[in-house]
Amino acid sequence: MNDNWEVVIGLEIHTQLATNSKIFSGASTAYGAEANTQACLIDLGYPGVLPVLNGEVVRMAVKFGLAVNATVATRSVFARKNYFYPDLPKGYQISQYELPIVENGELTIRDEHGKEKRIGITRAHLEEDAGKSVHEGFGQETGIDLNRAGTPLLEIVSEPDLRSAKQAITYMRKIHSIVRYLGISDGNMQEGSFRCDANVSVRPRGQEKLGTRAELKNLNSFRFIEKAINFEIERQIEILEDGGKVVLETRLYDSDKDETRAMRSKEEANDYRYFPDPDLLPVELDEEFIESVRKSLPELPDAKLSRFVEQYKLKPADAEILTVSRALADYFEEVAENTDAAVQVAANWVIGDLAAALNNESIDIGDSRIEAAALAGLLNRIADNTISGKIAKEIFNAMWSGEGGADDIIEAKGLKQITDSSAIEEIVDAVIEANPGQVAEYRGGKEKLLGFFVGKVMQDSGGKANPGQVNEILKKKLSDG
Amino acid sequence: MGQGTDALYTRTLTDLARGLKDGEFSSRELTESLLQRIDDHQQRLNAFITVTADDALQRADAADKARANGNESLLNGLPIVHKDLFCTKGVLTTCGSRILANFISPYDATVVERISAAGAVMLGKTNMDEFAMGSSTETSYYGPVTNPWNIKLSPGGSSGGSAAAVAARIVPAATGTDTGGSIRQPAALTGTVGLKPTYGRVSRFGMVAFASSLDQAGVITRSVEDAALLLSVIAGYDKRDSTSVDHPVPDYVAGLSKSVKGLKIGIVRQHFDEGLAADCEERVKAALTALKEEGATLIEIDLPNIDLSVPAYYVVAPAECSSNLSRFDGVRFGHRADNPEDLFDLYCRTRSEGFGAEVQRRIMTGTYVLSAGYYDAYYLKAQKVRQLISQDFKKAFENVDVIAGPTAPTTAFAIGEKTDDPIQMYLNDIYTIGANLAGLPGISVPCGFADGLPVGLQLVAPHFAEETILACAHQYQQLTDWHAQGPEEFS
Repeated sequence: MNDNWEVVIGLEIHTQLATNSKIFSGASTAYGAEANTQACLIDLGYPGVLPVLNGEVVRMAVKFGLAVNATVATRSVFARKNYFYPDLPKGYQISQYELPIVENGELTIRDEHGKEKRIGITRAHLEEDAGKSVHEGFGQETGIDLNRAGTPLLEIVSEPDLRSAKQAITYMRKIHSIVRYLGISDGNMQEGSFRCDANVSVRPRGQEKLGTRAELKNLNSFRFIEKAINFEIERQIEILEDGGKVVLETRLYDSDKDETRAMRSKEEANDYRYFPDPDLLPVELDEEFIESVRKSLPELPDAKLSRFVEQYKLKPADAEILTVSRALADYFEEVAENTDAAVQVAANWVIGDLAAALNNESIDIGDSRIEAAALAGLLNRIADNTISGKIAKEIFNAMWSGEGGADDIIEAKGLKQITDSSAIEEIVDAVIEANPGQVAEYRGGKEKLLGFFVGKVMQDSGGKANPGQVNEILKKKLSDG
Repeated sequence: MGQGTDALYTRTLTDLARGLKDGEFSSRELTESLLQRIDDHQQRLNAFITVTADDALQRADAADKARANGNESLLNGLPIVHKDLFCTKGVLTTCGSRILANFISPYDATVVERISAAGAVMLGKTNMDEFAMGSSTETSYYGPVTNPWNIKLSPGGSSGGSAAAVAARIVPAATGTDTGGSIRQPAALTGTVGLKPTYGRVSRFGMVAFASSLDQAGVITRSVEDAALLLSVIAGYDKRDSTSVDHPVPDYVAGLSKSVKGLKIGIVRQHFDEGLAADCEERVKAALTALKEEGATLIEIDLPNIDLSVPAYYVVAPAECSSNLSRFDGVRFGHRADNPEDLFDLYCRTRSEGFGAEVQRRIMTGTYVLSAGYYDAYYLKAQKVRQLISQDFKKAFENVDVIAGPTAPTTAFAIGEKTDDPIQMYLNDIYTIGANLAGLPGISVPCGFADGLPVGLQLVAPHFAEETILACAHQYQQLTDWHAQGPEEFS
């Protein structure tokens, strides 16, 4: 990146709300149904039909507003955004414009230098999704699938407070984590439940006036967002350094070519002719309702992180990883509460071996092959010296493969740790006897050979000897000579 | 049986209900006789777009059977026709437009559903101004409706088909919709009763939208009693319409007996300015005098901003219509241009071919007033004017129970007379639009004739005070027989 330029990014995140039915009709929102089977007359924009607001989306939007410390409007208004497109059945999208339900929120992220940074959330408003145009399989024509039409969305608009693609991703991940904590969205990016547009501009460092921005669309994975933004930053800097001008336009990210392409310039963009939708009453909320929603809020990522650091004395970095998702945090807590092992050990296992195993199979914590209580059981056997940490990894893999609980596997495979001193002494004696040369060297002052002896003893014990005891006995026997 | 069925068409809904109950005639006989009458006069009046004869006879038989089994729902076996902007399941619903000329609705509007559930027999769908945009029923794709009092004249509009059918004694009752006067003005011009309820009193679900914040369903009948009967059936909250109001529905028929004694009637000074034809003014004043003689008090009042109602209306209504009519794009239903070259061509040709001139004019006006840079000057300002007009009414109703005056500035005008001058056409609704902007209930009752043409008296009441205007109008009909006089040609 070029030091002469400052990057300015604002994100518009569209998150699909996890309701069973659509925002203005009773049709199902389930993903993946056959085309046009989940669109009722209201979704199809038939003559004479009217929208009726799904109350659940209001509750969800309020939850989000409270979670990001925003003002929840006691009166918000649905407006019509008018434009023609075949997958927009009514010729307008019902959205919120002048009076959104959530305004003036904020979020704190950690920037690339580990410093805390406040990101403003301008607003979050409710709206309906459009349908989908299908270009494959219809020859010269275009197919229209209206299953998605009327799906509830919460559009979360940030201030242009982000200064790099990294920060943008961090912010987005945090929003992602919050909406899932709140249970208001499944955040599934492949299914389009969580997607974002990025407004990107650059300006000479020190200049106050914002540069001309481009709006990047179609960003549906964290990886692509980062790549798209970085490509766009480079593109704009190059233009400006060559003495050119950035054009205000909408650009589409092509993940195959890893580049952004102009889609339409803002001049030819629609005049959306917003006006309040006369078919819907303003959404009026009283303080009592807002308070009842506040009381229903779960512990949020930041609060949980602080508590993990305080209560479990975890390293902040570990606590951060563990609190990314509510399910992971809950899993960790269940392990921690059910094991005699040190909490940090539990954290290490969850972040390390468990995360790796999940990652390996691309599954969520909710689908983990080892339940929290079972992992706690495994850690208990380390804590009570039944097994060593090394053996534990072997047992973990066996558990993952479905061979049973830790105790069963230890029993079946005879992996119980040898903690009987006389048994270990026997092995130690044999090793000392078998390696007189090394013994002489050790005794001559080459103490780092201890590792060699430990290795030998562990090897001869099949890995089962208690490493602490092996160390102790070896040192004693070697120095005894 | 059979006796006197020839003149069934002259009878009111209430009267027919009595006849059915007494076994004087059957629903089938009634239905057959009215279907015949529709047929006889369709060519001269063009009041209908669709006649649902087979369906009607089936329903009539079912109603007769139900009656035989002692099952008497409120409208059992009684005839009704619907303005063609109410969606009717399995039946063509055109809204008077080419763009919906092939549209068979897959569902019933709430109004249709309720009237149907009360046992009524739908005979057909009535002609109307295209998308209810007009005051003469001349903008219909299906050609103009004529006025039964003189077929060279317009019956008014947009519910002109409903008004003409009721005035010509073809059917006793019809539904209509009123966005700026579309029930009351044609009622006045045809000598019928036209009731527009409070905004939110009747569900808009299934009414093809013109201007959502102004549209309201109502009825056209010959007697106020019939209007009250039908309102009792169609009024009430509907969870499918967020703007319908959950307000108790009184027995409107029972409320009719209330005397006008002590009723404070507001007379709007501005309503008797220039613009009102002298002979109309005379008839309206005579009606007011008749009410005064019955014990009502006439109080002169001011609606200071009422002269802004037409301009405000012609910003708000087109704005909403421009958005409401966007769904007619040739993609999912209705007319679609042949062999479109691309999407833009599909939109342009479908809509140019599908919409008539007046609808196009309003879409363009509406698009303009909502455009960036014009929104504040037009739409927002019009909304503010609307607020002022509402406040004027509110203030007026602190001192009076109803506001009375002319429904329309003139009697029926000639077909073709105003088609080239939209402003003259718009001014037809000068006395009716205020009630729409303020969401108030209004009724027009026949109050005499000028040069042989009917004149209407309009009564407007506060929100949800339909009982007041129904009672007042009903009492007036007890004093006069204007409503009982039909056009000679159709008697």
